[in-house]
Amino acid sequence: MVEKVEAPVIVKVEGLSKTFGNLKAVDGISFEVKTGEIFGFLGPNGAGKTTTINMLTTLLRPSGGSAEICGLDILKHPNEVRRSVGVVPQEYTADEDLTGIQNIILCGDLYGIPRSESKPHAIELLRLVGLEEAANRKVSTYSGGMRRRLELASGLINYPKLLFLDEPTLGLDVQTRTAVWDYIRMLKEEYHMTLFLTTHYLEEADSLCDRIAIIDHGHIVKIGTPAELKASIGGDVIVVGVVEKEPDISAKIAELKLVKDVKKSDNQYRVKAENGEEASIQLIDMIRSSGLHVTKISLTKPTLDEVYLEYTGRNLRDEETDRMSMMSQRITMMRARR
Amino acid sequence: MAEEKVVNAVITTQEERQQIEESKERERKFRTAPRLNKSPLHGLWALTNRDLIKWYKNPVQLLISLIQPVIWLGIFGKALNFGSFISSQPGITSAQITQDYLRIFGTTSYFSFLSTGMLAFIILFTSAFAGMSVVWDKRFGFMNKALSTPVGRSSIVTGKVLQSVIRSLIQAAIVLVIAVALGMDTSHLGVLSIAGSFTILFLMSFGLSSLFVMLALRSSDWQTQMAIINLLNLPLIFASNAMLPVRIMPGWLQTVVKLNPVSYANDATRQLLLGSTVKLAPLWMDFGILVAFAVLLSSLGIVLSWRLLTK
Ligand SMILES: Nc1ncnc2c1ncn2[C@@H]1O[C@H](COP(=O)(O)OP(=O)(O)OP(=O)(O)O)[C@@H](O)[C@H]1O
Ligand SMILES: [Mg+2]
Repeated sequence: MVEKVEAPVIVKVEGLSKTFGNLKAVDGISFEVKTGEIFGFLGPNGAGKTTTINMLTTLLRPSGGSAEICGLDILKHPNEVRRSVGVVPQEYTADEDLTGIQNIILCGDLYGIPRSESKPHAIELLRLVGLEEAANRKVSTYSGGMRRRLELASGLINYPKLLFLDEPTLGLDVQTRTAVWDYIRMLKEEYHMTLFLTTHYLEEADSLCDRIAIIDHGHIVKIGTPAELKASIGGDVIVVGVVEKEPDISAKIAELKLVKDVKKSDNQYRVKAENGEEASIQLIDMIRSSGLHVTKISLTKPTLDEVYLEYTGRNLRDEETDRMSMMSQRITMMRARR
Repeated sequence: MAEEKVVNAVITTQEERQQIEESKERERKFRTAPRLNKSPLHGLWALTNRDLIKWYKNPVQLLISLIQPVIWLGIFGKALNFGSFISSQPGITSAQITQDYLRIFGTTSYFSFLSTGMLAFIILFTSAFAGMSVVWDKRFGFMNKALSTPVGRSSIVTGKVLQSVIRSLIQAAIVLVIAVALGMDTSHLGVLSIAGSFTILFLMSFGLSSLFVMLALRSSDWQTQMAIINLLNLPLIFASNAMLPVRIMPGWLQTVVKLNPVSYANDATRQLLLGSTVKLAPLWMDFGILVAFAVLLSSLGIVLSWRLLTK
């Protein structure tokens, strides 16, 4: 069989918008996702993350703009798009009255995968997420983490090339969260899958994603690799301790190519630089070659927290508690059904 | 990437070699699309079967839904012994009573008359809940899951209708058995009359389930749905010939009864199961009206599913 050469871009979005009444939930966003990368959508509550995913997965009709997935227009070829992507939605969608494995096989049926193929695949997927023991138990007996893992497994039943994950680790404990991260990385490395995820955990975006788009009020305010985003708000901070009575060489430091800004105070220089590691070596070399002494040196990298604060004017940590209580409400609502 | 791993790894054990083979196999599967069963029936049956599994795994639900018609039959059907009113008057023979029954109810006892009405009753009350299950699926996210797969939008709607029809018919069969056990007239029962009646009930259930599913397509609020069910169920059953014969009703009500499709289902099942000669319409016309009702509402449901299920 001839191997198909994969296009470098798997998702192409141009001016996509969605209006609910007079609320512009998504307001003309454009971006691309490269084949094989983990692309993250980072944004506060109500930013428009889920709305975007729902449009890309053909659940919502866009009010404007266009999008292509695997080269297929989402409006013209919705069924082909549905066939080639997997979705792990924000809410739990499994049927509580069925068992874990029944849920996954049902999903396979809906994709038109014959039982002879979907059954062994379902068992394999359940093993992959560590649910093989609970496979024949009703989902209503699952814990929150188990439900989330079941959703992850059923998103893969149709062997998607692209998997959408809407807040895959919301409400999970640290251990399970790490397990989910490993699982997502494995999908990328072993299956060469492209992953599109939304999150509000900065650590998650930082350590997991190859590229991040920060979205707020329906706009993409910044897009790039985590390193690029951090560099964009002024770069690393190097603090160099010197001997106080020695001459001030601020002007000379400022001339270094990587350095953006220098401030001298008493016995130290506060230097903002683009590439902190390299810049600090240059700094030490320069100060020493001028015949002066370096007493200490420290390098601080900006975190995504600061990036986030810079672009959205908000601190994600404040929202954490709100989200957790929202999540537990959702779960209570689901349980109330029984 | 995977190739590199194979070259670099020092393969020592059989187990490791097997693991690498397995992972290569998995990767291959993800690169090539799976064989697909493109038949629309595959997805349709999966959705129908899902609801049926939930139903028969929960026999309590079935039992509860049977209680209502059994109470009607056991208490109302037995208590309303019109014959005893008449026979308490002097000079009336039992032959005359039977004549009166045949003239008014088309059968020899009120119990038999009500039994066939109860078949329509259980069909109506079960079909009405088809919409409720759509609302639950929306509420608990399953609908979104189904909508994100390539399964036909019309399969989603038809699956809901079909599961409701199957449930309704099974419950109707149980009600019929109970009615016979409690003393329904069996002199006209036969394979043909039963098959004919269930065809009629099938058509009625198909039309009603489509109607209730349609009314639920845009709503995700179960209170509203509950209100709709109550609003429609009572007039549909009481403004029909299910409980009482048409000829004893006031004229305006008779007009309403004649516009109600449920009346024609009762009319047909009475002619078939009880050999009733008191007719609303000839049998072929009952069939025609119910076929039209089922076809009209189910195709309307499918058209609306294309429009309403994507927001
Ligand atoms: N069906 C709808 N009708 C009206 N407004 C909606 C609808 N769906 C979403 N919205 C609004 O659109 C905005 C974006 O919602 P969306 O769910 O996309 O946010 P989000 O980024 O996913 O938030 P969260 O992090 O809380 O999941 C919100 O203000 C929300 O209230
Ligand atoms: Mg969301």
